[in-house]
Amino acid sequence: MTATAAPLQPKDYASDQEVRWCPGCGDYAILKAVQKTLADIGAVPDKTVFISGIGCAARFPYYLATYGFHTIHGRAPAIATGVKLANPELDVWVITGDGDCLSIGGNHTLHVLRRNVDMQILLFNNEIYGLTKGQYSPTSRQGTQSPSTPQGSIEHPVSACAFALGAGARFVARAVDTQQAQLVEVLKRAHAHRGASFVEIFQNCVVYNDGVFDDFTAKEVAPDAQLPVQHGQPLLFGKDKRRGLRLDPRRLALEVVTVGEGGVTAADVLIHDQTNRTLAGMLAALEPPDFPVALGVLYHDPATPYEADVYAQVAAAGEPAGGMDELLRSARTWSV
Amino acid sequence: MARSASTAPPRREARDHAVIRFAGDSGDGMQITGSQFTVETALAGNDLATFPDFPAEIRAPAGTTFGVSAFQIQFGSTDVLTAGDELDVLVAMNPAALAVNLRDLRVGGTVVADTAAFNERNLLKAGYAANPLEDDTLAPYQVLKLDIDKLTAEAVKEFGVSSKEAHRCRNMWALGLMLWMYGRERQATVEWLERKFAKSPQLARANIAALNAGHAFGETAEMPADIVGYTVAKADVKPGLYRTVTGTEAMAWGLLAGMRSAGLERMLFSGYPITPASALLHTLAALKQYGVVTFQAEDEIAAIGAAIGASYAGSLGVTSSSGPGMALKTEMLGLAIATELPLVVIDSQRAGPSTGMPTKTEQSDLFQAVLGRNADAPLVVLCAATAGDCFEVAIESVRLATKYMTPVIVLTDGYLAHAAEPWLIPDVDALPGFPVRFRTDPVGFHPYERDPATLARPWAVPGTPGLAHRIGGIERSATTGHISYDPDNHQEMTRLRAAKIAGVAADIPPQGVALGKAGGALAVLGWGSTYGPIHQAVKQARADGLDVSHVHLRYVSPFPRNLGDLLRGYGRVLVPEMNNGQLVQLLRAAYLLPVESLSQVTGKPFKVATIVEAIRASLNGGRSARKGGRA
Repeated sequence: MTATAAPLQPKDYASDQEVRWCPGCGDYAILKAVQKTLADIGAVPDKTVFISGIGCAARFPYYLATYGFHTIHGRAPAIATGVKLANPELDVWVITGDGDCLSIGGNHTLHVLRRNVDMQILLFNNEIYGLTKGQYSPTSRQGTQSPSTPQGSIEHPVSACAFALGAGARFVARAVDTQQAQLVEVLKRAHAHRGASFVEIFQNCVVYNDGVFDDFTAKEVAPDAQLPVQHGQPLLFGKDKRRGLRLDPRRLALEVVTVGEGGVTAADVLIHDQTNRTLAGMLAALEPPDFPVALGVLYHDPATPYEADVYAQVAAAGEPAGGMDELLRSARTWSV
Repeated sequence: MARSASTAPPRREARDHAVIRFAGDSGDGMQITGSQFTVETALAGNDLATFPDFPAEIRAPAGTTFGVSAFQIQFGSTDVLTAGDELDVLVAMNPAALAVNLRDLRVGGTVVADTAAFNERNLLKAGYAANPLEDDTLAPYQVLKLDIDKLTAEAVKEFGVSSKEAHRCRNMWALGLMLWMYGRERQATVEWLERKFAKSPQLARANIAALNAGHAFGETAEMPADIVGYTVAKADVKPGLYRTVTGTEAMAWGLLAGMRSAGLERMLFSGYPITPASALLHTLAALKQYGVVTFQAEDEIAAIGAAIGASYAGSLGVTSSSGPGMALKTEMLGLAIATELPLVVIDSQRAGPSTGMPTKTEQSDLFQAVLGRNADAPLVVLCAATAGDCFEVAIESVRLATKYMTPVIVLTDGYLAHAAEPWLIPDVDALPGFPVRFRTDPVGFHPYERDPATLARPWAVPGTPGLAHRIGGIERSATTGHISYDPDNHQEMTRLRAAKIAGVAADIPPQGVALGKAGGALAVLGWGSTYGPIHQAVKQARADGLDVSHVHLRYVSPFPRNLGDLLRGYGRVLVPEMNNGQLVQLLRAAYLLPVESLSQVTGKPFKVATIVEAIRASLNGGRSARKGGRA
């Protein structure tokens, strides 16, 4: 056993396995951000467990020097729940993709969020099925051409954060794979939240869906197309931070305004309240080109995690005075 | 010396066993009536076996034949292993109960009928054109026609209960009469009623009054000359402290005992509601003080997933379901096999396919348990034979799951889940231990390094310093545990997975003979809940001088090492199963033996007579009158 050593560096969280994602994949950037997050929070590798389902993203645990469990398609939240119930001391992270999380595993995502089991769920949303070679996914935009939708997809996509909020998630955040500083910040906050944390990471699939997020992540449009939200701060965006969101009370809808134009003052701009679920839902629904994409912690309102309540019931049940002997005699008995 | 009938002492005749069935509407309380008769019978020292038979509908329309709920019990002074083929007494609380159950009453048997329920409306619902109590329908039987509703109402009127509540006491009146008929006490039922109605004492008093009135009616009334009481002597059983137990209770306690024997602090039992498996979840949910955490998952897949996650994290992961739910768990079973984690899966089988008949028993998940997964995916399959046997099989499942790092499926069924029998309470402190050894030494650790004796990989639990590693469903190197698509490695890993499970055969008892001898003209080979009827049938046939023995399997994957040789020692092998011949196919495949099938899929247990007939037919050269004879 090693004695207390210097704090671990991001590279210390890398396993000895060769990373096998496509060159240029957004997953590399997320891996880097997670390793930095783990170093920054001082994660103990032996007490950290990464659990994944199936898909490109699901290879993630193999590349970290922590405990890891690559499970089956869509089911990581169920297995993670079992891990957390068996040992609440473990720090559990779930790595999932848009198909894994919102299609085959949608039911488990719903329930792990509803129950509020303490874990970080990182959704790598690339709006496509990568590992099966490019079919449209539940988050693909309508009209997405893919091998299974040669005439374009018909379905309306699901909004990951709206789904999470609807499921009762108590921590919902968004980040972009290549925007490392914000991503690390969001991951740290997700980790600090006790309960289920849901983080949607826009992740570029360089092979099957390259550039799908360019409308708000490309350098030239990002300042006007992204709204970084901060609790207690006005919802301002744009290069000079003059554009902002105002509530139109007649329509109960958000609208984009420019401070200093048409009589709009700074006081008209909404202040972000991360404990306001209604506001979080409105922010999650904003889409280009009419609105910026809200990034950062959209919602954060902690409650007791599921496993804590479970063990409170176990504690309340107490210790059996007579042990199993008493249990087996807990009915009418007779001697022969 | 002539005495008037009303003052004559109760006439009692001795019987060595009896079979009675309480039948009524779903809302008539037949299950609790039967359960209380069972308790009083157990306390009277008889051996017994029960068969609760109830509809899937929670509250079927009153008076209908599909709403009939029944509880059958056989009890006696010699060993009783089945609930009985034919009824001596049928208590019919309404016409539908009579219509559905009369065919099981032996000629000369007794019908106790509540005449109040035999009104025009109920007769119509039961399909009777005329009242069977008034025509010759019941001519072959003794009939005790009683206005139980009115007699109950008179007995309870002093307690000021509503007429509806009074009506609901008539099952206790009928119970009291039957307790009189067989000379049973009432005290345990009185105490049970006082507990059950602790919050409404007037209901407790009314029910107790009804119970006592039914009993007094038998004791004092001017009964028809052909109705007498009976005595059934105590059974000669092994000395010790007894209680009654259902398969569900025994399974739950066996899992707890197994957890203790394995030295594990915690069990995670996760399930999703499904008939008839839910009872196990309910039972364990009330036992949190014994180290079990129960988790009602969002679906069957999550239920087994959470159990696998718990095992991965060092607890005993257990899940439970029935056929359709087992189908949903299939992919997860493959993951547990690939990642070589301990897991116990209890399958309470029911009639299928698909939804089938949820409340009716069957043994048709054998193929699913042994073979039902993608790819070559071997695991251990155990079968419980009786309610009490569930305790031992549960312990054994924990031993094998933890020692061999493998999923173990335990097959039970709807009959075993609900059936009750007297149970010699075991000394749990005397149970042998099989403590698990978690891997803690990081030196030379890799996750798929195998114990050369068991071929089990180490149980290396997250949180253990220095053992951080990755596992998953992707094929992995037999030497390093890293992802591997190497052709030779997959060949080797497939071999290792099979060899590990096959090796369990060296760690289980050789197959014995339950009754009779090794070798002879005929073996009747069974597995699971057919134990009772097979045992009784073989016993009867042997008493008639037939050369037949009973062999009963607990282990169906792998089979015991000596099973092939044992079966080859018999001229013929007959396999009664509540499926279409699944064990027969497995045996033929394993041993190339021409075993014969006796198949029954009626949703009910075998009758002893059916198996006796098949034994005779087999010994006569296989000329069975029944379908599913020698193939």
